[in-house]
Amino acid sequence: MSTRDLFTLHNSHFRIGVGLTAAILIVTAIGGFIVLPFAQPWVQFANVWDAICSAAGLPQRAASVTAPEQTRRLSEVVLTSNTLARPSQEAIGRGATLAQRCAICHGPTGVSRADSPNLAGQYAAVIYKELLDFRSGARSNAVMTPFATNLTDQEIADLSNYYAYLPRLPAYHPTPQLPKPNIVIYGAPMRGIAPCGSCHGSLDNKAGSPWLEGQSEAYMKAQLQAFASGERRNDISQQMRNIARAMTAQEIEQAAAYYASQPPDVVKAVD
Amino acid sequence: MLANRKLILAHFWLAFAVFGIALTLGAWQIFIRSPIGTWLSNPELYYRSLTAHGTVMGYVFPTLVAMGFGYAISESALEQRLVGVRWAWAGFWLIVTGSIMAVIPVALGRASVLYTFYPPLIGNVFYYLGVVLVVVGSWIWVALMSINLRVWRKAHPGEPVPLAMFANVAGSYLWAWTAVGAALELLLQIIPVAAGLKATIDAGLARVFFSWTLHAIVYFWLMPTYIAYYTIVPRAIGGRVYSDSMARISFILFLVVAMPIGMHHTFADPQVGAGFKFIHSAFTALVALPTLLTVFTICASVEIAARLRGGRGLFGWIRALPWDNPMMLALAFSFVMLGFGGAGGLINMSYQLDTSIHNTQWITGHFHLIFGGAIVIMYFAIAYDLWPHLTGRELTNLRLIRTQLWLWFIGMIVTTFPWHWVGILGMPRRMAYFDFGDPAIAPQALSVTFSVIGGFILLASGIIFIVILARGMRAPQAEAGPYRFAMAVHQPITVPVALNTHALWVALMIGLTLTNYGYPILNLALSEGTSVPAVYVGAQ
Ligand code: HEM
Ligand SMILES: [Cu+2]
Repeated sequence: MSTRDLFTLHNSHFRIGVGLTAAILIVTAIGGFIVLPFAQPWVQFANVWDAICSAAGLPQRAASVTAPEQTRRLSEVVLTSNTLARPSQEAIGRGATLAQRCAICHGPTGVSRADSPNLAGQYAAVIYKELLDFRSGARSNAVMTPFATNLTDQEIADLSNYYAYLPRLPAYHPTPQLPKPNIVIYGAPMRGIAPCGSCHGSLDNKAGSPWLEGQSEAYMKAQLQAFASGERRNDISQQMRNIARAMTAQEIEQAAAYYASQPPDVVKAVD
Repeated sequence: MLANRKLILAHFWLAFAVFGIALTLGAWQIFIRSPIGTWLSNPELYYRSLTAHGTVMGYVFPTLVAMGFGYAISESALEQRLVGVRWAWAGFWLIVTGSIMAVIPVALGRASVLYTFYPPLIGNVFYYLGVVLVVVGSWIWVALMSINLRVWRKAHPGEPVPLAMFANVAGSYLWAWTAVGAALELLLQIIPVAAGLKATIDAGLARVFFSWTLHAIVYFWLMPTYIAYYTIVPRAIGGRVYSDSMARISFILFLVVAMPIGMHHTFADPQVGAGFKFIHSAFTALVALPTLLTVFTICASVEIAARLRGGRGLFGWIRALPWDNPMMLALAFSFVMLGFGGAGGLINMSYQLDTSIHNTQWITGHFHLIFGGAIVIMYFAIAYDLWPHLTGRELTNLRLIRTQLWLWFIGMIVTTFPWHWVGILGMPRRMAYFDFGDPAIAPQALSVTFSVIGGFILLASGIIFIVILARGMRAPQAEAGPYRFAMAVHQPITVPVALNTHALWVALMIGLTLTNYGYPILNLALSEGTSVPAVYVGAQ
């Protein structure tokens, strides 16, 4: 006998093998696509086809459930590791001119004397995202929003490139360098908190996460509290809100104090 | 007839060398994050090590064992010189090249993405290219196994294919097809992003592709072990295989039902429809069948050996077994670990129960017990059994071999039982650090400490294993005779074509993959807006 005789209905192995497999498939499909969907009393289906589509994972505009009303804008910025990579000299020059109006708060060298964030040497993608969010309303601030509202895409990119280009200077809050607190290097695994350092530097850096060394302690604390309360919500997929909500008040203090006490030259250079 | 001993030895030695390194990393991992280790304040180092450990233990080590053993089976079961020796060496060198290519970025911390790749996390492109080379090298082996069988069939028309070769080729086909999932994920999704051609990735689709590979790869790891159960153990302890047909049916069942069940790894994933999860779950239940058949057949085969040695009574025969024979010991240990691991597996495969242990240390406990325990202990047994035939020298120190097997068994139980336990208590897996000073997990410090002790017992056993093999290369010469496989009680004279060829079962395997994966893959691939920006390891 050759394999040619195998693939015929005369061969009992073929009949049984294919028949059993098909039978199991059909029974399980009926179970998974019809019986089980209707066995869930809390879900309503218009008809059998509706149930099948739902069980197949077809994205649906569910007729019965209305999407929750989105009262506030969310961030729509898409960042990749290549966002604003390799800027031209002209772009940086244009950014320098534009940046004069930012200097009152963020300092002429990009280092703030008030409790505004330092921008000198910050990653371009970070400044870019925040400016876009201020402009769209995803993030709002009485002082910043009016500045950002009228910026064009080009201007935002130029500003980001300019500040990223500036050298990282020591901040104006000279405190002795503090040791790394647990939350920064370990996170809190049992509460689902990844280490701060796994995105914000010290351990690793992820696109869109600012480096924090030398930032104002008061500013960082305020931001963490705003994330925790949900007042600030321009973090994509709630990355920071989920973390800040789970942090204790003491951990917020420690993280802010630690990063504020670090000199910015420990930040790894941008590739 | 083992003509290409160098080829087979090269595969085994490379396998056990990388195994030794990865084992050391494993012991370090479990120690460094335990209450008795002093934490080094850098989780990145932990994930580097974990990526290397998982990649070697999951891809490189078992693949090399299956390949080396496969070549040995082809030559000795078919009594025919290996056709395509040059290709076999080419496959070997591809694996060497791929492993080196992958390990460099991992060691430099540029690819700490873990062996499951974890998209949208993206590491250095050479890591993925290295893995691809390893897979391509193994595909050469698949082709050679198929070709060698075909050559043999031409010369022996209508004769039953020896069981060992039948199973070996079934395993190679299973691997060829299951590796396609990860290959698609790497080639279509991850490598374009890692090479900078794209900046976004459909992480959900990538996970579905990976699940295509992730379950059946387990059965690929398992194949050498099951082949050893059926074709080495009965011969080594002086028994016979209870049923040749039952053995063939088990291997055929693996071929058909190991593939269409991988979505049990995506129970918690929102991008897969619940209906498909149910189908995969139901088919998963079927995969217990070939294992139950195997346990039954092997127990019966062992009983035959015991009764031939004069064993009596309902259970009295167990005492008549050759317990000082390492093969007997390995089989018993393997079955005990398979039993516990299988019981745990029933929990993993149930949609509802799975949610309580999903992504906890229970999972790592589970697969170390099954894979590192039940499967790997038989890899040791295979090596011990083949070594005299490969080296032309005798392994004399049976007592050391028994000690090694005992240590592996004890070490694995001591490591994995507490590991399961802390998983039930909710300890997450793939975590670099636990603060055992926190009252919430302080009571688990004791269990974790036991696991560490078990880890070091395992490391000791691994070292002894390598020492035994190395010493075996220098022992006095002794002709071991031809390498033989176990005979069945009724040696088959003719076998129905369905049980002598793979075509029907391969067709069912592919067919079920299409029915169970086709729609979910197309749905995700064709839907807009399912991609997310890649997250590059060490990007800034
Ligand atoms: C000394 C013995 C071993 C020890 C102490 C050990 C320890 C570990 C540890 C601590 C992890 C990480 C789990 C986590 O992060 O949650 C791990 C993962 C893993 N181990 Fe082992 N291991 C050992 C032997 C083995 C063996 C023999 C194999 C298989 C042949 C194996 C395969 C794996 C795999 C595939 C992973 C998954 C990696 C991942 O989650 O990305 N290990 N091992
Ligand atoms: Cu699985």
